Amino acid sequence: MDIIGLKTNDGTRKRKDTETGAVPRLELRGMTKIYPSVIANDSIDIKVASGEIHAVLGENGAGKSTLMKAIYGIVKPDRGEILWEGEHIDIINPAHARKLGIGMVFQHFSLFETLTVVENIALGMENQNDMEKLSKRITQVSEKYGLPLDPERLVHSLPVGLRQRVEIVRCLIQKPKLLIMDEPTSVLTPQAVWKMFETLRKLSEEGCSILYISHKLYEIKELCHKATIIRDGKVTGYANPADETPSSLARMMIGKELPVCSQDKPDINGQKCLEISRLSKKKADQFGTDLNNISLTINSGEILGIAGISGNGQRELTNAVIGEWLSEKPEDIMICGNPAGNLDPGERRKLGLGFVPEERLGRGVVPGMNLLYNYLLTAHRHNLINWGLILFKKTSDFAKKCITSFDVKCGSIDDQITSLSGGNIQKFITGREILQEPKLLFVSQPTWGVDVGAANVIRQSIIDLRNQGTAVMVVSEDLDELFEICDRLVVIAGGHVSPCLNVEDTTKEEIGLWMNGMFPGGPAESLN
Amino acid sequence: MSADTILNILVATIAAGTPLVYAALGELVTEKSGVLNLGVEGMMLVGAISGFITMAKTGSLFLAVVCGMTAGALMSLVFAILTLYLMANQVASGLALTIFGIGLSAFMGIKYTSVALNGVPELHIPILSDIPILGRLVFSYDILIYLSLLILAGVAWFLYKTRAGTILRAIGESPKSGHALGFSVIGIRYLAVLFGGAMAGIGGVYVAVAYTPMWVEGMVAGRGWVAIALVVFATWRPLRVMVGAYLFGGVTIAQFHIQGLGIEIPSQFLSMLPYLATIAVLVIISRDKNTIRVNSPASLGITYHPENN
Amino acid sequence: MGVKLLFKVEPRPVPLKKMRYLSPLIAAVMMLFSGLIIFSMLGKNPAIAFHAFFIEPVNDFYGLGELIIKASPLMLIGVGLAIGFRANIWNIGAEGQLAMGAVFGGGIALYFNESTSGFVLPAMFIAGAVGGMLWASIPAFLKTRFNANEILVSLMLNYVAILFLSLLIHGPWKDPQGYGFPQSILFSDSALLPVLIEGTRLHAGVIISFAAIGVGWIFLLRSFLGYQLQVSGLAINAASYAGFKYKKMIWIGLLAGGLAAGLAGVSEIAGPIGQLLPSVSPGYGFAAIIVAYVGRLHPGGIFLSSLLMALLYLGGESGQMNLDLPSAVTGIFQGMLLFYLLAADFLINFRFRWKSIPLRQGI
Repeated sequence: MDIIGLKTNDGTRKRKDTETGAVPRLELRGMTKIYPSVIANDSIDIKVASGEIHAVLGENGAGKSTLMKAIYGIVKPDRGEILWEGEHIDIINPAHARKLGIGMVFQHFSLFETLTVVENIALGMENQNDMEKLSKRITQVSEKYGLPLDPERLVHSLPVGLRQRVEIVRCLIQKPKLLIMDEPTSVLTPQAVWKMFETLRKLSEEGCSILYISHKLYEIKELCHKATIIRDGKVTGYANPADETPSSLARMMIGKELPVCSQDKPDINGQKCLEISRLSKKKADQFGTDLNNISLTINSGEILGIAGISGNGQRELTNAVIGEWLSEKPEDIMICGNPAGNLDPGERRKLGLGFVPEERLGRGVVPGMNLLYNYLLTAHRHNLINWGLILFKKTSDFAKKCITSFDVKCGSIDDQITSLSGGNIQKFITGREILQEPKLLFVSQPTWGVDVGAANVIRQSIIDLRNQGTAVMVVSEDLDELFEICDRLVVIAGGHVSPCLNVEDTTKEEIGLWMNGMFPGGPAESLN
Repeated sequence: MSADTILNILVATIAAGTPLVYAALGELVTEKSGVLNLGVEGMMLVGAISGFITMAKTGSLFLAVVCGMTAGALMSLVFAILTLYLMANQVASGLALTIFGIGLSAFMGIKYTSVALNGVPELHIPILSDIPILGRLVFSYDILIYLSLLILAGVAWFLYKTRAGTILRAIGESPKSGHALGFSVIGIRYLAVLFGGAMAGIGGVYVAVAYTPMWVEGMVAGRGWVAIALVVFATWRPLRVMVGAYLFGGVTIAQFHIQGLGIEIPSQFLSMLPYLATIAVLVIISRDKNTIRVNSPASLGITYHPENN
Repeated sequence: MGVKLLFKVEPRPVPLKKMRYLSPLIAAVMMLFSGLIIFSMLGKNPAIAFHAFFIEPVNDFYGLGELIIKASPLMLIGVGLAIGFRANIWNIGAEGQLAMGAVFGGGIALYFNESTSGFVLPAMFIAGAVGGMLWASIPAFLKTRFNANEILVSLMLNYVAILFLSLLIHGPWKDPQGYGFPQSILFSDSALLPVLIEGTRLHAGVIISFAAIGVGWIFLLRSFLGYQLQVSGLAINAASYAGFKYKKMIWIGLLAGGLAAGLAGVSEIAGPIGQLLPSVSPGYGFAAIIVAYVGRLHPGGIFLSSLLMALLYLGGESGQMNLDLPSAVTGIFQGMLLFYLLAADFLINFRFRWKSIPLRQGI
């Protein structure tokens, strides 16, 4: 949990703490939202003073986003009161929220890729028809806060960091009194996080309150004046982050210490399991990234991590490795010594490739089918088919083994896959791929959006697999995760892959710089 | 062929393309909002018979158009309720609408089978219509043809020049983002589907009241499907819809004139031409997957569940 | 907050499986109910009209035979289409594929008109199967090779196939002694299907349809290929992730429909019709889409829904004869049946909740 060259700003924090006598900018009382299968928010009380940066801390699925959407008028709470500057109000819709002075930066951006920056910003405002005037204001506001933007660019041509900037500028241009930021740092390099914190502190000094949603403990300690901690939809504590330690915050967030994976790496005489040599590929459409002369090797018994900001060629590299994109030269990609560049996904699996995709529902598993059928999806090669017919008994035995070995919480294998939580689905997919005893496992975003407990099970199972001699390739945007489980790291930026680094020999700062393309042989200009 | 014949062919081509202009424009707007309505054929048929009956009873073209549009819109409302409120599969619902429309129009038209109407008179604009060639080519059509061009211009302006049009396109691209910004995805889609239905309705009225003013069961004869294909052919752009519609009008007219040239071809072969042309055009435009992916609304045909966001 | 609704729509935590089987029943009942309303609107006594439409056609042995004769092509094509529909391959060209099956099979019958060989009939079926599959292979090829939408291509080909059949019957295949009517000569006995049960018109073609139900059952529910088709339909990305070949699914999906429709076409001309006519099908190709859907793309369900759809056809004829009901009512019923089914399916994934119900904690 080290912090990347950030300095705490105790002065600001104390000043805000003394303002407790004033009417809070926003107060929530007993906010409750019930979904058919879960209580997302259960009587939540929060007070946010003006100019306060207030953290809402909780792990994935704790109910943070639902609460924020209720404040922004997207979700109608079932019970509870909202007081805005001391007055009771019902926030009817996002337009109403914006009129009150509430802005929101979404975790999964609310942008339209085929429209320009200025069109996108106009759609998030009321009655904006004069695009030229708006463009000028965008330029002004974005420069004032050190977030330069070209209003005429089409959004799909922007890297992820800049897309988030569009969302932030869209809020700032409306001079908000309260800015909601939902997991804003997941798409940023450590350096960019630091820059964003500066912007947020500046806003706070100008009197804008900020609700900062995150599950990253050190960010909250660094930035926020106050924190409300939520677990399973309920408030489990209020805190002054400066006075807390990461482990005390973790206890409030998940009820125990953060679990750590055990490593115990055996010495394995590595053989090349995947060898990519000088792979180049033009992007399929305007929304993609070209792959430029990529070479890398993974040996048995090691985990290679691929770091990078999303949209820098991860999807294209993944498709090239698993066979959804075929290359012309079979030798471009060697799997366990076999030329595989021209093989389709099924044939590559036969060579020993396993794959845990980023997209779970709809790719990793089939919504609308039960666990048994979803086990069959990739595991059918395990002699589960005879004379073209499915061997149900055998499949069911394997599926049950997967559920018990990987701690998948479910009723039975006849349950619909969609009745499982995200973490359990990911455990199921990972388990299914591991049980097929792959020689090379490709894992994309192994714990993205998964609760802490499940994330730990998944990471540990990847490490155990490595210890048995499998080569593992992990693509992740989460640097903490990569540093925790990987042996070696490369960075992908603008479709280029950096030289390989041993995890012990590098730092998050260095990787952060490389994520901007500043590595030997990397794309010359900065991507942010 | 004399110059006069060529002129006649051109004029007839415009008339033959007009029902397609209407129906395809309507479908274009529907699809731009992210909804694929395959019920155009059914909506056109019900619009056609409604307009036909009104025309036969009242003799008022205005009322016929209003009734035809209303009938088309009511049909599309059924589709909208199924797909937008009850979240049914759009392909299946569209097919159901077409099957239902074929049955309903046949049912409504039993007493009108082979009844003929007078058709719609061509406008005669003093001076302008009398200009040689140009007058015939530009100023000699019935009012519904001019109306179709007016609506075409209106749709193009709406989609690309107004805030509401931008919102409609945005919803078609990412309903999720639209919902997060506070737009009523479902409400906007209802309007787009209803507009599509009304346009299909008026397209049907044109077939039955102006183009061949006589009621024959199933007389729309696949034009609804051609209209859907035209939207793809036009890569979801209004002006190209018009070009495509007149091209098809040309193919339709060509079959009559080929026989007139004294070439011995069985009429069935000529009747196949518009359908074969549709297939050919689809193949040409679809063969580059990228063109389709980049131009088609990203959420087209995908059911939107507001609760899941 | 503020507004009180009488009821609320919300997603079910888990889809209600029971509803998948119930909703076709709900749809059928709703359709019958709407039928009563339509009958009264037409000024008929609903009870009498109902009897004439739904009871009379099947209240004797002969009538039951007719029901199965009508259901036979519907179930055959329905199963064929279901194979494609499961993979989201929308073949709506069965009507044209049926016509091409009839053209190919009928061609054999006409060519071997003098023959008394027992091979004529099998040859007709083989030719019909080939014809239907050839016609279905056009959208399959254009989809796999050029990415052309199979819905539009297969639909357009219906018109082309029917025009082609018409061309033949108005031209080379026209019966010279037919007083100028567009029809072929009557097939010889060797090209006609034997009647199975005396006193009915029930012909041997229905055996093929029943067999299709059985084969379809095993294929769709037990075979790995059937599973792959279903995965492709539910989640195309999951199919490619698992390494299933989508192009193969497209070919199988379309050819299965073409095969079934082609066989059905031969069954019709060698069974109840006995010659080639410009119209060899009263819209079986379209009705089979409804049959497949209402039957939940499941062979067992398709069997039942084909009987219901056949009853609608018979009812239409009977209503027209006995009560002067327009036969177009059948089309309306068919459309409504599918509408109601699609609407009732809403209840699989959603529920209406009246007021609020005590809450349950946990996921």
